Amino acid sequence: MSAAQAALKCGDSLELSVDADGIATLRMDVPGRSMNLVTIAFGRQLSAAVERIAADPAIRGVVLSSGKADFMAGGDIHGMVANFDKLGDAATVYREIARPVSELLRRMETCGKPFVAAINGSALGGGFELALACHYRVVADLPRLILALPEVTIGLIPGAGGSQRLPRLIGIEAALPLLLKGTRLSPAAALKLGAVDAVVPAEQLLDAAKTWLLQTGNQQQPWDQKNYRIPGGAGFFDARITRQYNAGATALTVGNQHNLPSQIALLSAVARGTAVPIDAGLRIEAREFTRLIRSPVSRNLMRTQFVSKGECDKLAHRPAGIEAANLGVIGVIGAGLMGAGIAQVCAAAGLEVVMLDATLERAEAGKQRIADAFGKRIAKGTLDAAKSAAALARITLADAYQALAHCDLVVEAVFEDRAVKAEVFRKLAAVLKPTAIIASNTSALPIQQLAASVAQPAQFVGLHFFSPVDRMPLVEVISGAQTSARTLAHALDFIKRLRKTPILVKDAPGFFTTRVIIAHLFESVGMVGDGISPVLIDNLARQAGFAIGPLALMDDLTLDLTYHAHCKRRDEAGSAWREPYGFPVFENFVMRLDRKGRRYGAGFYDYVDGKRQPWSGLAQIYPADGTHTQPTHDDIKQRLLYIQALEAARAYEEGVITSAGEGDVGSVLGIGFPAHTGGVFSLIDTVGVAEFVAACECLADRYGERFRPSAWLKARAQAGQRFYPAAA
Amino acid sequence: MDAFIYDHVRTPRGRGRPNGALHEVPPVDLAAQVLVALQRRSGFASEQLDDVLLGVVTPAGEQGCNIARTALLRAGYSNSVPGAQLNRFCSSGLDAVNAIAGQIMAGQIDLAIAGGVESMSRVPMSADGGAWYSDPVLVYDNYLAPQGIGADLIATLNHYSREDVDRYALASQQRAVRAWDEARFAKSVIPVVDELGIVLLDRDEHIRADTSAASLAGLKPVFDVMGEKDGYDAVALQRYPEVFRIEHVHTAGNSSGIVDGASAVLLGTREMGERLGLRPRARIRAFASAGSDPTIQLTGPEPATRKALARAGMAAADIDLYELNEAFASVVLWFMQRLGVDHDKINVNGGAIAMGHPLGATGAMILGTVLDELERSGKGTALVTACVGLGMGTATIIERLQ
Repeated sequence: MSAAQAALKCGDSLELSVDADGIATLRMDVPGRSMNLVTIAFGRQLSAAVERIAADPAIRGVVLSSGKADFMAGGDIHGMVANFDKLGDAATVYREIARPVSELLRRMETCGKPFVAAINGSALGGGFELALACHYRVVADLPRLILALPEVTIGLIPGAGGSQRLPRLIGIEAALPLLLKGTRLSPAAALKLGAVDAVVPAEQLLDAAKTWLLQTGNQQQPWDQKNYRIPGGAGFFDARITRQYNAGATALTVGNQHNLPSQIALLSAVARGTAVPIDAGLRIEAREFTRLIRSPVSRNLMRTQFVSKGECDKLAHRPAGIEAANLGVIGVIGAGLMGAGIAQVCAAAGLEVVMLDATLERAEAGKQRIADAFGKRIAKGTLDAAKSAAALARITLADAYQALAHCDLVVEAVFEDRAVKAEVFRKLAAVLKPTAIIASNTSALPIQQLAASVAQPAQFVGLHFFSPVDRMPLVEVISGAQTSARTLAHALDFIKRLRKTPILVKDAPGFFTTRVIIAHLFESVGMVGDGISPVLIDNLARQAGFAIGPLALMDDLTLDLTYHAHCKRRDEAGSAWREPYGFPVFENFVMRLDRKGRRYGAGFYDYVDGKRQPWSGLAQIYPADGTHTQPTHDDIKQRLLYIQALEAARAYEEGVITSAGEGDVGSVLGIGFPAHTGGVFSLIDTVGVAEFVAACECLADRYGERFRPSAWLKARAQAGQRFYPAAA
Repeated sequence: MDAFIYDHVRTPRGRGRPNGALHEVPPVDLAAQVLVALQRRSGFASEQLDDVLLGVVTPAGEQGCNIARTALLRAGYSNSVPGAQLNRFCSSGLDAVNAIAGQIMAGQIDLAIAGGVESMSRVPMSADGGAWYSDPVLVYDNYLAPQGIGADLIATLNHYSREDVDRYALASQQRAVRAWDEARFAKSVIPVVDELGIVLLDRDEHIRADTSAASLAGLKPVFDVMGEKDGYDAVALQRYPEVFRIEHVHTAGNSSGIVDGASAVLLGTREMGERLGLRPRARIRAFASAGSDPTIQLTGPEPATRKALARAGMAAADIDLYELNEAFASVVLWFMQRLGVDHDKINVNGGAIAMGHPLGATGAMILGTVLDELERSGKGTALVTACVGLGMGTATIIERLQ
């Protein structure tokens, strides 16, 4: 090895080597991580390397490459979440966090040496920003390689120049949608847009990078050249440009109901930043980044969607010391909407499935439903036909229980009735091998009671899938009093195999998610009884961040199902029954007004030619007559959010859910609790436990005792005990 | 000290399109012609003027760069006369009158012209840019939507049907036609002439004498596409969540017309009038401006009116005639409802739905219109008001003297 080729370590993450042509290779390989991440230590090392390169007359140009499978995965989300509580004031964060990384990349692109990004794998967020600060980008032609700036989706904006360089490179009109949606680009798409300069076969990547350096080697970015103009224009004098800002702000208002501050911050950073020279633009970006990284919205999004969800996905809550499950064949009983959905995700995950229904025709219909679902995905290009055929071939149909004899795990998804289910378990017990796990996909029936009808209650577990099964990522894993640790561990292994996100829940009425969403639905129905218009309630719910208003949702789901489920609960509870707020209104709609939902043509709304319309007769039945306190808009939004958070806290108090992270993941992924809040427990922590308790006391005084916080929650508030402990 | 109105002139309003009669007249000439006419009628020497203040809403291109000073130079006024432009959107002409009146009342000027100009056919609306259109954060934080959405929202909130707004529009046309037939505008309207002195236009060009309930009913709503497709309805509903859906009832037939025009009002002290041998036609009794919700935008006339009434020590019923710029039919219906004003007392000679709304000029135009009507009908007081973009309103109370 010649002296010129000797590799120099620049800290533990970067390695610099220079070849005989004076072409340096700067190789990124952050130790102890599967991916390269932008950390403070990495930044320091990159800075030192850039200065060494700038000062070395023997170096003509630099190839920036990665020693990992990916180029760079971006920022350190776990680090950002962990450090949130320790962030200083805005000026400090701007000076010590936001500006240094921005200045470093600016130094890199103006240091006088040309840099090429040799993008061997995905470059996301900060990784793509690093590439954008290079003078040339060459990408390996790999099918799974993704280029994206997804910061907005986690409540941030690019903080290393991405919001400034991408529009300067490809124009504002092309860059805005990519930045606002965090669009994932394939190498070919990025090339077409001009976001990268060349796509080459993977094995030619480094050669292509070096060739460009030797033949062209331009060390000045377009935006640093004289007479540079942003492609397509910029600034505030051209109506074609400013129209996009107006339309963009309008679309964001409509789209996120003012709940996601990162999108408008991004739009503003692009609009204002591209109207001025890049150095000023980078300062504008850093200011917005500073505001956002200090906002609990971004922390909550990152914590729930990445940290907590990641822990659930990795089965961090799985009982320790139990061998991995052997899941050869899965049985599914019931080929209806839920059963077929479960069979579909099992088969798609490569598991053999036996799907049973009372008749083969019904089982056939279930399989056809699966074939149709696959067909839709094939048409959209998200599934290839061969994989679909293979998955369908893994599904065997049956109408006799004997076919389930050799299953390792059987999921029951029949009608929500205890007697019906008991009958299924009795038949199953007669044939099933003794080591198998039996799971029920009930959404609310007590697991302990169901377990009473199986021979081995230790091997019985609740697996609450959500509809539609193939699209809903969450599964509640419910352990009954006798469910063994082994059963639980294997049930979790099963869910992981399906690439779904499990949360662990104890057996209690409504488990976790059902009980929380029911509180929301009853609250909204109760408001109708108080003379508040469904239109107002639903519009404010959407402003609070729900994808659909609770009353429109109930109309869509039909009211009688929920009503009869509660009647059953009332009959079972006997004298212990306490009528929930809103129940009489529910009863009136189902039993007397005969307005049971959209399917029946009338519910909380009218349906004319299938289109939702306000029901003008409602005000006569439930007038806003002054007998009830008419709440402000803010109160209505608060009631819809807080009643759920409060119910979640009660579930936590009762041990139904044992970690805030699982509760947050469950509420956001399972029942559509507004994502920007981070979930039910993040909401309480973000408001402040004491402030939340005080607000609930006010709501209880004004609207009813259901808002009264428990002594347990009040004690937590007094002790300042959050659901997420402060980072050490 | 009192401020007096000595005279008023306006141009007829030309269709604000390339086929409009005033399209070939640059805005500086349009403004200059009312200045020349006013001087010729009143007989003042231009050196006696302390200021010329003109409202202009789109001060861009040939209409930019302080059109008051450029127009007064074009009019051949003395170099000693200063000029300034003013912009409070649709009430600019009225605000120019109020600003000049305020300076007279304060004893700082003795004689000045207030007015306005807008050539909408030559300088399109919003050609001057502004954060309203271009700053995403301003648009986002304030739930900004176009005014037509606000007009339709006012109708929806108050259950004004398409028939209600069309009925109002039809009355505006009929009243304007009658006013022209009876020469009720003759005192103020001056013909616009070309470079040779040949008349280009001497009558409001936007009026449609053949308007009928049926012809109005046949027109398509204008704001449904931007409301539904561009998302502005959804933006407005975030401010008004009690509304299920905005009913788009406004059409080209029941909204103000886009036109070209100019207007000028001569104001001064009592002493200045005596020196010039002019009899004051009216006294400015009180004026006020107010802000309101920037999303719905068009509800400012009510608070501005209430402020002006309070300042004058008057009640709504004390006003003999109201003149509210007919930006949209729902704006007038809502104002009548809120203030308890009878249709017989408001916009009695029609308004912008029939004759058009040359943005910067309108305020001073309708002030002159109602003054002429006070004199014609022998009534005493009038209140002039206009709704204003981004949620504002301005109102002026005048008292007839002759």
